[in-house]
Amino acid sequence: MLRVKDLHAKVEEQEILKGVDLEVRAGEVHAVMGPNGSGKSTLAQVLAGKEDYEVTAGSLELDGEDLQEMAPEERAHAGLFLAFQYPVEIPGVGNSYFLKAAVNANRKARGEAELDAMDFLKLLRERAGLVEVDEALLRRPVNEGFSGGEKKRNEILQMAVLEPRLAVLDETDSGLDIDALKTVAAGVNALRAENRAFVVITHYQRLLNYIVPDHVHVLLDGRIVRSGGSELAHELEEKGYGGFDGARAEA
Amino acid sequence: MPTATDTIEALAERDYEYGFVTDVEQDTAPPGLSEDIIAFISAKKNEPQWLLDWRLQAYRGWLKMVEPQWANVRYEPIDYQSICYYAAPKSDDDRPKSLDEIDPEILATYEKLGIPLKEQEVLAGVAVDAVFDSVSVATTFREKLAELGVIFCSFSEAVQDHPELVRKYLGTVVPRRDNFFAALNSAVFSDGSFVYIPKGVRCPMELSTYFRINAMNTGQFERTLSIAHEGSNVSYLEGCTAPMRDENQLHAAVVELVAHEDAQIKYSTVQNWYPGDKEGVGGIYNFVTKRGLCEGRRSKISWTQVETGSAVTWKYPSCILRGDDSVGEFYSVAVSNNRQQADTGTKMVHVGKRTSSTIISKGISAGEGQNTYRGSVRILRSAEDARNFSQCDSMLIGDRCGAHTFPYIDVANPTAQMEHEASTSKIGEDQIFYCNQRGIDTEDAVSMIVNGFCKEVFRELPMEFAVEAQKLLEVSLEGSVG
Repeated sequence: MLRVKDLHAKVEEQEILKGVDLEVRAGEVHAVMGPNGSGKSTLAQVLAGKEDYEVTAGSLELDGEDLQEMAPEERAHAGLFLAFQYPVEIPGVGNSYFLKAAVNANRKARGEAELDAMDFLKLLRERAGLVEVDEALLRRPVNEGFSGGEKKRNEILQMAVLEPRLAVLDETDSGLDIDALKTVAAGVNALRAENRAFVVITHYQRLLNYIVPDHVHVLLDGRIVRSGGSELAHELEEKGYGGFDGARAEA
Repeated sequence: MPTATDTIEALAERDYEYGFVTDVEQDTAPPGLSEDIIAFISAKKNEPQWLLDWRLQAYRGWLKMVEPQWANVRYEPIDYQSICYYAAPKSDDDRPKSLDEIDPEILATYEKLGIPLKEQEVLAGVAVDAVFDSVSVATTFREKLAELGVIFCSFSEAVQDHPELVRKYLGTVVPRRDNFFAALNSAVFSDGSFVYIPKGVRCPMELSTYFRINAMNTGQFERTLSIAHEGSNVSYLEGCTAPMRDENQLHAAVVELVAHEDAQIKYSTVQNWYPGDKEGVGGIYNFVTKRGLCEGRRSKISWTQVETGSAVTWKYPSCILRGDDSVGEFYSVAVSNNRQQADTGTKMVHVGKRTSSTIISKGISAGEGQNTYRGSVRILRSAEDARNFSQCDSMLIGDRCGAHTFPYIDVANPTAQMEHEASTSKIGEDQIFYCNQRGIDTEDAVSMIVNGFCKEVFRELPMEFAVEAQKLLEVSLEGSVG
């Protein structure tokens, strides 16, 4: 589904990604782990098409389509979803209004009929229940005055409503207490499906106790230095990223 | 015994009764401003002598005044002698009794501007007093209102039919020499609307006037006077659009509102005059004096404005809170795109005890637009336990525009409670990217973010206006990002 080949990317003249390879198939959950500054968030932003990040070499494909040829909203229409590390506030715009606009923009782009208010509300309620989001959150403006945990939950809710093909979660666990972490993980697990894939980006192994990945990749200094199964996360937990310095030297 | 000054003035005025040279049959006055022209306008409208005198007094005051320079706007000097101060549509003398009698071409112009009068009459339940150029050509729903004793007519008609009311209230809120542009308006005002709501009457429909600027090279000088008697309630809508122009046009309106005891006036404006092209050529100059007097106890005046048009805007809808426990409100959205400049805000003058005022101002700047909020809150010594809440937010779109805030606060009574909040935000690329990532394209994202920013003001607008205002905002900001 997602094929990243020898991806190089820079931001403000500084090369951050130095040749990333990643292949994700439908139904899989991949974890990308790495310390601060390793390029994790850059990878997420490049996948979503943020303008400030320039791809200097390599390729990105979603279902065989070249992502680099697509604007951020077109990538969304193609089924790419990014749960932001720092979701922005949009004052005065109701959360459910925003989501309805997003759902219908996607439906329209895919040639599907737009949902009317009643059908949308039904969908929204059902999904809010699935990921355990309080309906009061739906009536508030997008992320405005939300606590850190509420913002992350709201990202998961948006994901549940938009039903992406590929969901990229950028440090969704950061700043969450254990209860919020469990809720968020339960939401993700509820959405795991045959035709959907996840890339879970995280600093800590903790989240992976609740979202068990099929594959784990270690990102260091802009390169994936090691890949393996979920046991790799535990190894990391024991050794820390320092244990991979050797791998970095080799690479 | 008349004083010497009185005698001289009387002579001067009489002189103009006879010295009048302009052909009264003409439909348009020649360019320029003089006592002759004022007499022409007054005669054209068949006004009583006292009103002509009133105009001339204003004119003589105006001659001694200088154009204000303090506003944060720049424009080419206005040549007041090149402006036409009166123009009437051809059908002036033979006023239509119904819409059917109106020139189909005029109706077609309205259609183009998106105001199908016929549909409005049937569908909206809105009484429309449409100002086309300087003279009202259509008034609807009058009879329905008359049953309740509500007077809603053109200003000229009010002068003929209710001279005692006009004489009693005209200039009581905005004195004829209040400021340069108000004095000019007082001298040459062409027409406008007159509203009178009798005691205890709740006006059953939103009153609406559409102002238009249409004749070449003709400044417009509307005069609106609205009086709400004890315990009455009225909501007034004013909307403006203008067709393309290539010459700057001056617009200097005066609006006076009087709210008696327990009366409420809600005055909403959506202003969309031609702002000029991208270089700012040809836009309207909008120099307006709007003021409401909360005369009686527990009276309330609420101004809501959405200002998207004009090349230069100079406008401060204000409230004088004289009655004890009276309330003044000001809700504003002002947009400056391309080369537009807006210097707008409000004045709240607290005179009575326990008076309170609320100011919510949202300024949006895009392109090379300059947006200034200028507000003054004055608490006089007599205003025991007065309260004010002000919130001024500015939003910048792009990096060539500007936002400026000048709040003046003057408190002479220590029991006053004042709150002031201000913020400036740049419409974030992060916000737009967030929307994009959810599948929403940039244009829709900007429109959504801006509408969210303005929500507190839009919700004060009557429903049909709120929808129009959102559309206007979208059109005004089209292409401002990306």
